[in-house]
Amino acid sequence: MVDCTDVGNVSELQFFGKMTASISHEIKNVMAIINESAGLLEDYSLMAEKGMPIDPERLKVVSNRVTMQIQRADRIAKNMNSLAHSVDEFHKSIDLRETLELAVGLSGRFADMRSVRLEFQPPSDVPTVITSPFHLLNLIWRVLDFAMDAPGVEKTLGLTYDADAESVKIRLSGLASLTNAPETVFPAAGEAALLRILGATIYQDIKGGEINLVLPKDVRQQITAES
Amino acid sequence: MEKVLLVDDEKEFLDTMAERMEARDMNVTTTTSPKDALKKAQEESYDAIILDLQMPEMDGLETLKELKKKNPDLQVILLTGHATVQKGVEAMKLGATDLLEKPADLKVLTEKIKKAHTRKMVLVQKKAEEKVRHILAERGW
Repeated sequence: MVDCTDVGNVSELQFFGKMTASISHEIKNVMAIINESAGLLEDYSLMAEKGMPIDPERLKVVSNRVTMQIQRADRIAKNMNSLAHSVDEFHKSIDLRETLELAVGLSGRFADMRSVRLEFQPPSDVPTVITSPFHLLNLIWRVLDFAMDAPGVEKTLGLTYDADAESVKIRLSGLASLTNAPETVFPAAGEAALLRILGATIYQDIKGGEINLVLPKDVRQQITAES
Repeated sequence: MEKVLLVDDEKEFLDTMAERMEARDMNVTTTTSPKDALKKAQEESYDAIILDLQMPEMDGLETLKELKKKNPDLQVILLTGHATVQKGVEAMKLGATDLLEKPADLKVLTEKIKKAHTRKMVLVQKKAEEKVRHILAERGW
Protein backbone atom coordinates (compact mmCIF):
# COMPACT_ATOMS: atom_id res chain seq x y z
CA MET A 1 0.00 0.00 0.00
CA VAL A 2 1.21 3.53 -0.76
CA ASP A 3 2.21 5.52 2.30
CA CYS A 4 0.45 8.85 1.77
CA THR A 5 2.43 10.53 4.53
CA ASP A 6 5.77 9.77 2.87
CA VAL A 7 7.46 12.99 1.66
CA GLY A 8 8.02 11.58 -1.83
CA ASN A 9 4.44 10.36 -2.26
CA VAL A 10 2.96 13.60 -0.95
CA SER A 11 5.18 15.59 -3.31
CA GLU A 12 4.06 13.46 -6.27
CA LEU A 13 0.39 13.85 -5.43
CA GLN A 14 0.77 17.58 -4.88
CA PHE A 15 2.48 17.99 -8.23
CA PHE A 16 -0.21 16.02 -10.05
CA GLY A 17 -2.93 17.97 -8.25
CA LYS A 18 -1.37 21.35 -8.95
CA MET A 19 -0.88 20.61 -12.63
CA THR A 20 -4.34 19.18 -13.24
CA ALA A 21 -5.97 22.05 -11.34
CA SER A 22 -4.06 24.57 -13.46
CA ILE A 23 -4.92 22.70 -16.68
CA SER A 24 -8.61 22.56 -15.81
CA HIS A 25 -8.58 26.27 -15.01
CA GLU A 26 -7.03 27.05 -18.39
CA ILE A 27 -9.58 24.84 -20.16
CA LYS A 28 -12.36 26.72 -18.35
CA ASN A 29 -10.93 30.02 -19.62
CA VAL A 30 -10.89 28.65 -23.18
CA MET A 31 -14.47 27.44 -22.75
CA ALA A 32 -15.54 30.85 -21.47
CA ILE A 33 -14.16 32.55 -24.60
CA ILE A 34 -15.74 30.00 -26.95
CA ASN A 35 -19.02 30.30 -25.02
CA GLU A 36 -19.07 34.09 -25.40
CA SER A 37 -18.09 33.81 -29.07
CA ALA A 38 -21.02 31.44 -29.68
CA GLY A 39 -23.25 33.91 -27.84
CA LEU A 40 -21.95 36.74 -30.00
CA LEU A 41 -22.77 34.79 -33.17
CA GLU A 42 -26.27 34.23 -31.80
CA ASP A 43 -26.53 38.00 -31.17
CA TYR A 44 -25.47 38.65 -34.78
CA SER A 45 -28.07 36.23 -36.15
CA LEU A 46 -30.80 37.89 -34.07
CA MET A 47 -29.67 41.27 -35.40
CA ALA A 48 -29.72 39.90 -38.99
CA GLU A 49 -33.22 38.53 -38.43
CA LYS A 50 -34.32 42.03 -37.49
CA GLY A 51 -32.89 43.29 -40.77
CA MET A 52 -29.70 44.83 -39.41
CA PRO A 53 -26.73 44.35 -41.74
CA ILE A 54 -23.79 42.37 -40.31
CA ASP A 55 -20.30 43.22 -41.49
CA PRO A 56 -18.64 39.94 -42.65
CA GLU A 57 -15.39 41.19 -41.03
CA ARG A 58 -17.04 40.88 -37.61
CA LEU A 59 -17.88 37.25 -38.36
CA LYS A 60 -14.28 36.63 -39.40
CA VAL A 61 -13.00 38.06 -36.11
CA VAL A 62 -15.23 35.69 -34.13
CA SER A 63 -14.30 32.73 -36.33
CA ASN A 64 -10.55 33.48 -35.88
CA ARG A 65 -11.04 33.83 -32.15
CA VAL A 66 -12.66 30.40 -31.91
CA THR A 67 -9.93 28.83 -34.08
CA MET A 68 -7.21 30.33 -31.84
CA GLN A 69 -8.92 29.04 -28.72
CA ILE A 70 -9.28 25.55 -30.19
CA GLN A 71 -5.54 25.58 -30.95
CA ARG A 72 -4.87 26.73 -27.40
CA ALA A 73 -7.08 23.96 -25.99
CA ASP A 74 -5.28 21.44 -28.21
CA ARG A 75 -1.90 22.51 -26.75
CA ILE A 76 -3.29 22.27 -23.21
CA ALA A 77 -4.75 18.80 -23.88
CA LYS A 78 -1.46 17.62 -25.44
CA ASN A 79 0.47 18.75 -22.38
CA MET A 80 -2.04 17.05 -20.11
CA ASN A 81 -1.76 13.84 -22.12
CA SER A 82 2.06 13.92 -21.98
CA LEU A 83 1.93 14.51 -18.22
CA ALA A 84 -0.48 11.57 -17.80
CA HIS A 85 1.79 9.28 -19.88
CA SER A 86 4.87 10.28 -17.90
CA VAL A 87 3.91 7.62 -15.34
CA ASP A 88 3.58 4.79 -17.91
CA GLU A 89 7.06 3.42 -17.19
CA PHE A 90 9.22 4.10 -14.19
CA HIS A 91 12.40 4.40 -16.26
CA LYS A 92 12.20 5.49 -19.85
CA SER A 93 14.36 7.03 -22.54
CA ILE A 94 13.22 10.62 -22.99
CA ASP A 95 14.05 13.50 -25.28
CA LEU A 96 15.29 16.18 -22.89
CA ARG A 97 14.20 19.05 -25.12
CA GLU A 98 10.62 17.73 -25.33
CA THR A 99 10.52 17.20 -21.57
CA LEU A 100 11.70 20.74 -20.87
CA GLU A 101 9.21 22.13 -23.39
CA LEU A 102 6.50 20.23 -21.55
CA ALA A 103 7.70 21.53 -18.18
CA VAL A 104 7.64 25.10 -19.52
CA GLY A 105 4.18 24.54 -21.01
CA LEU A 106 2.83 23.18 -17.72
CA SER A 107 4.38 26.07 -15.79
CA GLY A 108 3.19 28.80 -18.15
CA ARG A 109 0.10 29.74 -16.19
CA PHE A 110 2.03 29.88 -12.91
CA ALA A 111 4.60 32.14 -14.58
CA ASP A 112 1.83 34.39 -15.94
CA MET A 113 0.31 34.67 -12.47
CA ARG A 114 3.65 35.96 -11.18
CA SER A 115 4.22 38.14 -14.27
CA VAL A 116 7.38 36.14 -15.01
CA ARG A 117 8.48 35.14 -18.53
CA LEU A 118 10.03 31.71 -19.09
CA GLU A 119 12.45 31.69 -21.99
CA PHE A 120 13.49 28.23 -23.12
CA GLN A 121 16.67 28.42 -25.21
CA PRO A 122 17.50 24.86 -26.29
CA PRO A 123 20.85 24.19 -27.95
CA SER A 124 20.88 22.34 -31.27
CA ASP A 125 21.74 18.91 -29.87
CA VAL A 126 18.96 16.85 -28.40
CA PRO A 127 20.22 14.49 -25.72
CA THR A 128 18.22 11.47 -24.68
CA VAL A 129 18.16 10.59 -21.02
CA ILE A 130 17.04 7.41 -19.33
CA THR A 131 15.26 8.52 -16.22
CA SER A 132 11.92 8.62 -14.44
CA PRO A 133 9.99 11.14 -16.58
CA PHE A 134 7.31 11.89 -13.99
CA HIS A 135 9.81 12.53 -11.20
CA LEU A 136 11.95 14.63 -13.51
CA LEU A 137 8.95 16.80 -14.47
CA ASN A 138 8.07 17.12 -10.80
CA LEU A 139 11.62 18.20 -9.91
CA ILE A 140 11.87 20.69 -12.80
CA TRP A 141 8.52 22.15 -11.75
CA ARG A 142 9.73 22.54 -8.16
CA VAL A 143 12.91 24.23 -9.35
CA LEU A 144 10.89 26.55 -11.62
CA ASP A 145 8.41 27.27 -8.84
CA PHE A 146 11.26 28.26 -6.52
CA ALA A 147 13.05 30.22 -9.27
CA MET A 148 9.93 32.16 -10.28
CA ASP A 149 10.02 33.77 -6.84
CA ALA A 150 13.61 34.93 -7.37
CA PRO A 151 13.74 36.71 -10.73
CA GLY A 152 15.66 39.86 -11.58
CA VAL A 153 14.06 43.19 -12.50
CA GLU A 154 13.38 41.99 -16.04
CA LYS A 155 11.37 39.08 -14.65
CA THR A 156 12.67 36.74 -17.34
CA LEU A 157 14.05 33.31 -16.53
CA GLY A 158 16.28 31.57 -19.03
CA LEU A 159 16.19 27.78 -19.31
CA THR A 160 18.71 25.74 -21.25
CA TYR A 161 20.79 22.57 -21.01
CA ASP A 162 24.07 21.03 -22.10
CA ALA A 163 25.32 17.48 -22.07
CA ASP A 164 28.51 15.45 -21.85
CA ALA A 165 29.04 11.69 -22.15
CA GLU A 166 27.76 10.90 -18.66
CA SER A 167 25.35 13.60 -17.67
CA VAL A 168 23.15 16.50 -18.66
CA LYS A 169 23.01 19.86 -16.95
CA ILE A 170 19.78 21.88 -16.91
CA ARG A 171 20.51 25.53 -16.21
CA LEU A 172 18.09 28.21 -15.03
CA SER A 173 19.40 31.74 -15.25
CA GLY A 174 18.21 35.29 -14.58
CA LEU A 175 17.68 34.69 -10.86
CA ALA A 176 19.01 37.97 -9.54
CA SER A 177 16.98 37.68 -6.33
CA LEU A 178 18.52 34.35 -5.27
CA THR A 179 19.60 34.56 -1.68
CA ASN A 180 21.35 32.33 0.82
CA ALA A 181 19.11 33.56 3.63
CA PRO A 182 18.39 30.69 6.03
CA GLU A 183 14.61 30.95 5.52
CA THR A 184 15.00 30.01 1.85
CA VAL A 185 16.04 26.38 2.20
CA PHE A 186 16.41 24.90 -1.25
CA PRO A 187 16.44 22.07 -2.07
CA ALA A 188 14.07 21.17 0.76
CA ALA A 189 12.79 17.71 1.77
CA GLY A 190 10.46 17.36 -1.25
CA GLU A 191 13.24 18.10 -3.73
CA ALA A 192 15.74 15.92 -1.84
CA ALA A 193 13.47 12.88 -2.25
CA LEU A 194 13.23 13.53 -6.00
CA LEU A 195 16.97 14.08 -6.32
CA ARG A 196 17.53 10.64 -4.77
CA ILE A 197 15.09 8.96 -7.19
CA LEU A 198 16.70 10.67 -10.18
CA GLY A 199 20.31 10.29 -8.96
CA ALA A 200 20.58 14.02 -9.56
CA THR A 201 22.29 16.92 -7.86
CA ILE A 202 21.32 20.54 -7.65
CA TYR A 203 23.44 23.57 -6.89
CA GLN A 204 22.81 27.27 -6.75
CA ASP A 205 25.19 29.91 -8.01
CA ILE A 206 23.88 32.84 -6.01
CA LYS A 207 26.37 35.38 -7.44
CA GLY A 208 25.65 34.31 -11.02
CA GLY A 209 21.90 34.08 -10.40
CA GLU A 210 21.69 30.47 -11.57
CA ILE A 211 20.36 27.11 -10.49
CA ASN A 212 21.91 24.02 -12.05
CA LEU A 213 20.39 20.59 -12.06
CA VAL A 214 22.69 17.74 -13.05
CA LEU A 215 21.21 14.41 -14.11
CA PRO A 216 22.89 11.16 -15.10
CA LYS A 217 22.24 10.20 -18.72
CA ASP A 218 21.18 6.76 -17.54
CA VAL A 219 19.87 6.60 -13.99
CA ARG A 220 19.80 2.76 -14.11
CA GLN A 221 23.59 2.60 -14.46
CA GLN A 222 23.99 4.87 -11.47
CA ILE A 223 21.67 2.67 -9.38
CA THR A 224 23.64 -0.45 -10.45
CA ALA A 225 26.96 1.24 -9.61
CA GLU A 226 25.69 2.30 -6.17
CA SER A 227 24.39 -1.17 -5.30
CA MET B 1 -27.99 52.22 -18.77
CA GLU B 2 -25.77 50.22 -16.37
CA LYS B 3 -22.16 51.26 -16.14
CA VAL B 4 -19.91 48.21 -15.80
CA LEU B 5 -16.18 47.68 -15.30
CA LEU B 6 -15.02 44.28 -16.57
CA VAL B 7 -11.67 43.00 -15.25
CA ASP B 8 -10.07 39.82 -16.62
CA ASP B 9 -6.56 38.97 -17.80
CA GLU B 10 -7.98 37.15 -20.85
CA LYS B 11 -8.26 39.90 -23.45
CA GLU B 12 -10.28 37.79 -25.88
CA PHE B 13 -12.82 37.13 -23.16
CA LEU B 14 -13.04 40.83 -22.33
CA ASP B 15 -13.52 41.88 -25.96
CA THR B 16 -16.28 39.35 -26.63
CA MET B 17 -18.07 39.90 -23.34
CA ALA B 18 -17.91 43.70 -23.71
CA GLU B 19 -19.39 43.58 -27.22
CA ARG B 20 -22.27 41.40 -26.01
CA MET B 21 -22.94 43.55 -22.96
CA GLU B 22 -22.87 46.74 -25.03
CA ALA B 23 -25.45 45.17 -27.36
CA ARG B 24 -27.61 44.87 -24.22
CA ASP B 25 -27.37 48.61 -23.60
CA MET B 26 -24.66 48.54 -20.99
CA ASN B 27 -21.81 51.00 -20.83
CA VAL B 28 -18.74 48.75 -20.51
CA THR B 29 -15.14 49.61 -19.65
CA THR B 30 -12.56 46.82 -19.73
CA THR B 31 -9.10 46.27 -18.32
CA THR B 32 -6.74 43.30 -18.06
CA SER B 33 -4.92 44.82 -15.08
CA PRO B 34 -6.27 44.70 -11.51
CA LYS B 35 -4.12 47.72 -10.61
CA ASP B 36 -5.67 49.68 -13.47
CA ALA B 37 -9.09 48.54 -12.25
CA LEU B 38 -8.40 50.05 -8.83
CA LYS B 39 -7.45 53.34 -10.50
CA LYS B 40 -10.52 53.31 -12.74
CA ALA B 41 -12.82 52.55 -9.80
CA GLN B 42 -11.49 55.61 -8.01
CA GLU B 43 -11.90 57.89 -11.01
CA GLU B 44 -15.35 56.72 -12.14
CA SER B 45 -18.52 55.46 -10.53
CA TYR B 46 -19.61 52.01 -11.74
CA ASP B 47 -22.88 50.22 -11.08
CA ALA B 48 -21.05 46.90 -11.03
CA ILE B 49 -17.49 45.60 -11.29
CA ILE B 50 -17.05 42.11 -12.76
CA LEU B 51 -13.79 40.67 -11.51
CA ASP B 52 -11.92 37.51 -12.46
CA LEU B 53 -10.68 35.63 -9.41
CA GLN B 54 -7.27 34.59 -10.76
CA MET B 55 -5.14 37.27 -12.33
CA PRO B 56 -1.49 38.27 -12.45
CA GLU B 57 -0.29 41.29 -10.43
CA MET B 58 -3.04 40.83 -7.84
CA ASP B 59 -5.58 38.06 -7.44
CA GLY B 60 -9.31 38.77 -7.50
CA LEU B 61 -9.84 38.51 -3.74
CA GLU B 62 -6.98 40.91 -3.06
CA THR B 63 -8.39 43.32 -5.66
CA LEU B 64 -11.84 42.95 -4.10
CA LYS B 65 -10.39 43.79 -0.66
CA GLU B 66 -8.72 46.93 -2.03
CA LEU B 67 -11.85 48.02 -3.91
CA LYS B 68 -14.04 47.60 -0.85
CA LYS B 69 -11.49 49.42 1.34
CA LYS B 70 -11.71 52.44 -0.96
CA ASN B 71 -15.46 52.26 -1.45
CA PRO B 72 -17.49 49.82 0.69
CA ASP B 73 -20.61 50.46 -1.42
CA LEU B 74 -19.10 49.09 -4.62
CA GLN B 75 -21.01 46.18 -6.15
CA VAL B 76 -18.46 43.53 -7.13
CA ILE B 77 -19.38 40.30 -8.92
CA LEU B 78 -16.62 37.71 -9.03
CA LEU B 79 -16.05 35.35 -11.96
CA THR B 80 -14.10 32.17 -11.40
CA GLY B 81 -13.04 29.07 -13.28
CA HIS B 82 -13.98 26.88 -10.32
CA ALA B 83 -16.52 28.17 -7.84
CA THR B 84 -15.97 26.27 -4.60
CA VAL B 85 -18.01 26.81 -1.44
CA GLN B 86 -14.84 27.92 0.37
CA LYS B 87 -14.07 30.57 -2.27
CA GLY B 88 -17.68 31.72 -2.27
CA VAL B 89 -17.71 32.14 1.52
CA GLU B 90 -14.38 33.97 1.43
CA ALA B 91 -15.60 36.29 -1.33
CA MET B 92 -18.88 37.06 0.46
CA LYS B 93 -17.01 37.77 3.72
CA LEU B 94 -14.92 40.29 1.82
CA GLY B 95 -18.09 41.95 0.56
CA ALA B 96 -18.59 40.48 -2.93
CA THR B 97 -22.12 40.89 -4.23
CA ASP B 98 -22.06 37.56 -6.06
CA LEU B 99 -19.85 34.81 -7.44
CA LEU B 100 -20.32 33.19 -10.85
CA GLU B 101 -18.56 30.26 -12.46
CA LYS B 102 -17.03 30.47 -15.94
CA PRO B 103 -18.34 29.94 -18.56
CA ALA B 104 -21.10 32.20 -17.26
CA ASP B 105 -24.56 32.56 -18.75
CA LEU B 106 -24.85 36.17 -19.92
CA LYS B 107 -28.55 36.22 -19.04
CA VAL B 108 -27.71 35.33 -15.43
CA LEU B 109 -24.86 37.82 -15.34
CA THR B 110 -27.07 40.57 -16.79
CA GLU B 111 -29.67 39.91 -14.09
CA LYS B 112 -27.01 40.12 -11.42
CA ILE B 113 -25.71 43.40 -12.88
CA LYS B 114 -29.23 44.83 -12.86
CA LYS B 115 -29.67 43.75 -9.22
CA ALA B 116 -26.30 45.31 -8.36
CA HIS B 117 -27.41 48.52 -10.07
CA THR B 118 -30.63 48.58 -8.01
CA ARG B 119 -28.69 47.90 -4.79
CA LYS B 120 -26.32 50.75 -5.62
CA MET B 121 -29.24 53.11 -6.25
CA VAL B 122 -30.76 52.16 -2.87
CA LEU B 123 -27.43 52.81 -1.15
CA VAL B 124 -27.01 56.16 -2.91
CA GLN B 125 -30.56 57.16 -1.93
CA LYS B 126 -29.99 56.08 1.69
CA LYS B 127 -26.81 58.12 1.85
CA ALA B 128 -28.57 61.17 0.42
CA GLU B 129 -31.38 60.81 2.99
CA GLU B 130 -28.85 60.50 5.80
CA LYS B 131 -27.07 63.60 4.55
CA VAL B 132 -30.33 65.57 4.53
CA ARG B 133 -31.20 64.29 8.04
CA HIS B 134 -27.74 65.29 9.23
CA ILE B 135 -28.06 68.81 7.75
CA LEU B 136 -31.52 69.22 9.27
CA ALA B 137 -30.31 68.07 12.69
CA GLU B 138 -27.25 70.37 12.56
CA ARG B 139 -29.16 73.45 11.51
CA GLY B 140 -31.93 72.75 13.98
CA TRP B 141 -34.74 73.56 11.55
